[in-house]
Amino acid sequence: MNLSDLVFIVTALITVTAAVGVVGFKNIVHSALSLVLSFLGVAALYFQLQAGFLGLVQILVYAGAVSVLIIFAIMLVMDKDPDESNRSHAKQKYWGGLIALLVTLGLGAAIGSTIWPQSSGSLPEDSVGALATLLLGDYVVAFEVAALLLLVAVVGAIILAKGAGEHD
Amino acid sequence: MESLFLDIAQTLTGWLQSLGLSAVWADFILLIIQFACVAGIVTINVIILIWLERKVSGFIQLRLGPNRLGPWGAFQTIADAIKLLTKEDIIPTRTDKWIFRTAPLFFITVAMMLYLVIPMGDGMQIVDLNIGVFYFISLASLSTIALLMAGWSSNNKWSLLGAMRSVAQMISYEIPLTFSLLGVIMIAGSLRLSDIVAAQSNIWFIVFQPVAFITYFIAATAELNRGPFDMPEAEQELTAGAYTEYTGMRWALFFLAEYTNLVAVSAMASTMFLGGWQGPWLPSWLWIIIKTYIIMFVFMWIKWTFPRIRMDHLMSFSWKVLLPVSLANIVVTGVGIYVFKWMGWC
Amino acid sequence: MLSDYSTIGIFLMLTLAFPLAAMGMAWAVRPKPKCKPDDEKLLPYECGVDTIGRTWSRFKVNYFLYALVFLAFDVETIFLFPWAVKFSQLGLFAFVEMLLFIGILLIGLWYAWKEGALEWH
Repeated sequence: MNLSDLVFIVTALITVTAAVGVVGFKNIVHSALSLVLSFLGVAALYFQLQAGFLGLVQILVYAGAVSVLIIFAIMLVMDKDPDESNRSHAKQKYWGGLIALLVTLGLGAAIGSTIWPQSSGSLPEDSVGALATLLLGDYVVAFEVAALLLLVAVVGAIILAKGAGEHD
Repeated sequence: MESLFLDIAQTLTGWLQSLGLSAVWADFILLIIQFACVAGIVTINVIILIWLERKVSGFIQLRLGPNRLGPWGAFQTIADAIKLLTKEDIIPTRTDKWIFRTAPLFFITVAMMLYLVIPMGDGMQIVDLNIGVFYFISLASLSTIALLMAGWSSNNKWSLLGAMRSVAQMISYEIPLTFSLLGVIMIAGSLRLSDIVAAQSNIWFIVFQPVAFITYFIAATAELNRGPFDMPEAEQELTAGAYTEYTGMRWALFFLAEYTNLVAVSAMASTMFLGGWQGPWLPSWLWIIIKTYIIMFVFMWIKWTFPRIRMDHLMSFSWKVLLPVSLANIVVTGVGIYVFKWMGWC
Repeated sequence: MLSDYSTIGIFLMLTLAFPLAAMGMAWAVRPKPKCKPDDEKLLPYECGVDTIGRTWSRFKVNYFLYALVFLAFDVETIFLFPWAVKFSQLGLFAFVEMLLFIGILLIGLWYAWKEGALEWH
């Protein structure tokens, strides 16, 4: 086992432990902060794969924006004792565990049975530029649809939040 | 003088390799020394900046400022640092202990990580990342989490309200901040900070991007929670915002991180808009220090000149003025580049 | 030579050590009272007035709405960055595509504006 394997195992362990913490913590704010740690761990994994841009996107969008959104959403509905805010019910726990196990097994089987092609070429020097060329060239429809999706998300969430505000 | 630090680094790596160390280990030891330099820069800058802030505010308000300890009160901040170091550590009973303890550590770590990509002179960058600007933006966005951690865990109404306001303000101004940098990236055609500095060897980008510079400056002021955008820690209403419950070294770390961010953001402004380390006669590392300090002086000047802006004005200013302006700037820059090409000017 | 990202990793470790060292130094020199401080001292500081009610309570919907619009524009930035880098090489068609992209998001901003989601009540 060389150093890079060790770094990978440590980062993966931190990421998975943090993800388990999201489910396990009794206090939902602790869960949210644990989720931030998990996001950062995933970003670190991207960096180890030399996917710098993707790692930074993970930090900017997930750790920097999505988690703020989650915490603000928690603060919007916080009306119980925070230590009891993320209770798990016994029944849900077993079903959840079962489903998680099945997903893990399914993914494991899929990963195990896939033959991963290994590219012999070197890493692209200018990955961001290549991304731009692809995004605005071959995948331009998907790119514009992404904008529409963002628009729909904003409009939908505003309608939902407005509705919630009126009932107060 | 120009290559003083580079020569030192080169001599050091040469000497380490002559001792039989491999290139990787020599690099590793050099990195530790570079880190020590960054830690030194951060600490010394904070000591100078707090003294400067007090002197500048005193000058603007027709006061003397600190003047007892040492020449022009220069040792005042050192005395303050020693005082903070020797203060009793108080963690209130109702706090969320672990988050309370981690928040300052997280904040200062994020702030110091920003120095990794800043070019502090010709070739004086710890990592010349090919996505340097994006690295800076992403890492800077993490400080909101640290503030939320501090505000939540303190279990104090001032703290939580201050943190929530801070974060709402910071996320609002982050978008114009990012967009204002895009104009520069479009002209330079690179996210690598050394390329952006090199592209300014003839004309500084502030000439092409005056609107972007002003947008960046305003957004950065809000991002740093400095006056006149210091609503989140408005002393008269919220005592000290998210930091209310912190004492001693923990509080000092927050303060250190705030000034560390100030230096980083100012250094970034001089790199993106004012030609970075480029300048005549003086060595490159001195130029970036001069430019950064001039920008920081303007930050202080603004802070002590303008009254605080009301919260609703502050939020609507970002979304209804700065964001449309910065978006328009991107479009105008795009059209401008085509006009320049068409006229054959570049 | 260390690679870019391993340098970042090592630097992160060192940076984490910095505040820990500072805390350790403070721990070494600061006074440590023998007896436990009394309860009054460890109350939250709310300008001398006893704290009323719970701190961890509900916040208004405004914060959430700002965070939401912020998220949409944050996702837009990650598309804008690659485009801006390659702007000169991509040509006019890509510029028009990006204008369309920005335009669609501006509709979202206009809607949020119209619905008062950007208003601080």
